[in-house]
Amino acid sequence: MSLKIIVPVKRVVEASVRIRLRSDGGGPDIANAKMAMNPFDEIALEEAVRLREQGLADEVLAVSIGPQAAQETLRTALALGADRAVLVETGAAIEPLAIARILAAIVAEEGAHLVLMGKLSIDEDNNQTGPMLAGLLGWGQANCASNIALSQNTARVTCETDAGLETRDVPLPAVITADLRLNEPRYPSLPNIMKAKKKPLETRPLDAFGIDTSPRLRRMEIREPPERQAGLVVESVDDLIARLREADLIPSGRAVQ
Amino acid sequence: MTILVLADHHDGMLAGTVSRVVTAAREIGGTIDILVAGHDCGAIAAAAAEIAGVNRVFCADDPRYEHGPAERIADLLVSLAPGYDVLMAPASSAAKAIMPRVAAMLDVMQVSEIVAVRGPDRFDRRIYAGNAILTVEAQDSCKVLTVRASAFADAGRGAAAPIEPIAPIEGPALSSFVSLEASRSDRPDLATARVVVSGGRALRSKESFAELILPLADRLEAAVGASRAAVDASFVGNDVQVGQTGRIVAPDLYIACGISGAIQHLAGMKDSRVIVAINTDAQAPIMRLADFALVADIFEALPELTRKL
Repeated sequence: MSLKIIVPVKRVVEASVRIRLRSDGGGPDIANAKMAMNPFDEIALEEAVRLREQGLADEVLAVSIGPQAAQETLRTALALGADRAVLVETGAAIEPLAIARILAAIVAEEGAHLVLMGKLSIDEDNNQTGPMLAGLLGWGQANCASNIALSQNTARVTCETDAGLETRDVPLPAVITADLRLNEPRYPSLPNIMKAKKKPLETRPLDAFGIDTSPRLRRMEIREPPERQAGLVVESVDDLIARLREADLIPSGRAVQ
Repeated sequence: MTILVLADHHDGMLAGTVSRVVTAAREIGGTIDILVAGHDCGAIAAAAAEIAGVNRVFCADDPRYEHGPAERIADLLVSLAPGYDVLMAPASSAAKAIMPRVAAMLDVMQVSEIVAVRGPDRFDRRIYAGNAILTVEAQDSCKVLTVRASAFADAGRGAAAPIEPIAPIEGPALSSFVSLEASRSDRPDLATARVVVSGGRALRSKESFAELILPLADRLEAAVGASRAAVDASFVGNDVQVGQTGRIVAPDLYIACGISGAIQHLAGMKDSRVIVAINTDAQAPIMRLADFALVADIFEALPELTRKL
């Protein structure tokens, strides 16, 4: 059986940028912010490309749902090794549930049996879309993968959990979300960037899917968290201990020696 | 309102986060039931029944719920959902896999990792690595929430809620457990610890992390945390990584040792009540955030601190 992998990629504000909120309450000011592929999606894409390079998959399709500028993100995905790309174009911010519905439609159209995606996007920090997609498709899932071994249509996935590293067998079709330590993504080489320009990138309007993407959550307000008061520089370990005892944060048992 | 809380548990013990989620549930207001799904989980259900404010505990005790398979537990929750206005769980690794699946199956948009309850359907959550607070109003008739437990107080004990066994849901497994490489620790859990001692890249090695951080944590009965750099360098296991993509903590006292304070790390700890930073670099971002900053070499300061406590 041939295996097609779908990798959803999101265009987000680059991880090192400290966002500022617009003074009109309209949320983060990202008009001039440096944008990049969500780092977890990059890891998922790298894993998919490696599986294809190992002969375990036949095709890697990168999908983005977002503004026209997300074409740039998809070109990067193509330069990193995706075979083709689809942009579902919309100017609106789409919630994870609707994203999962659109992805489910694309999975069905494409006959894909594996979706590899980031565990979360670093802008909204929702941590939802992967399991939502698995739920809609009725597929098995593995979250926060730090290792994936694929054989005979089963993925043996090591997941990062609060209790340690849990390994599960997930027969395909499945949705697997990528955690930080799954791999180290490559950098696109210049020849691959050139080649990516010739790879197919299809743009489709959101309306073509006939999916209701109206938001279910009303965004009432976005504000800055309270600033922490500037702290105190303590001069010595003894000074530190005295301060912590004063604040009743550590037991005042033994006298300072 | 009728509220169902999915219990998190490890090693036969109810997670301390569940009681904090009950506090969030009480702020929403209504009848609060708890679901415990597992195998040989009677003691866990008994512990859940003691949480103040709990009306009833459902116990789905069956081999098929051993090791918390997300797909099966999601099916169970979906089967119980018609009786509830709100389904909620601590934002643990288990719930992050289960709850969105439940939400999608119910055609509900989940509200992730709430840090405050503003009203029965209005909640605060952090976005952009904690750099903004977003207030949302959930408009679905059933609400699916995960809760950042560190943002809520423990509900306390004293209840004696009835425990009702419930039958498992039939259906395919979709995935199967192979193994767990558990990181065992007698220390308090990171998510609910009163004190956290964290180490960073400046610890240099696994050995020095163990020699400097662990005795201090022992002394303070603290949980141990780490920066991503320390985890990536294998000084310590991934399950203690504090940060945007790891564990989110808000203890009374957070001691950051040799951690510079990348945005992603700060997102995981900056709601701590008091932050202590020990670093040779007075300009490190964490030093500006700290309530008490000590410019010192951790290799000298930590042994001295441990000795003098």
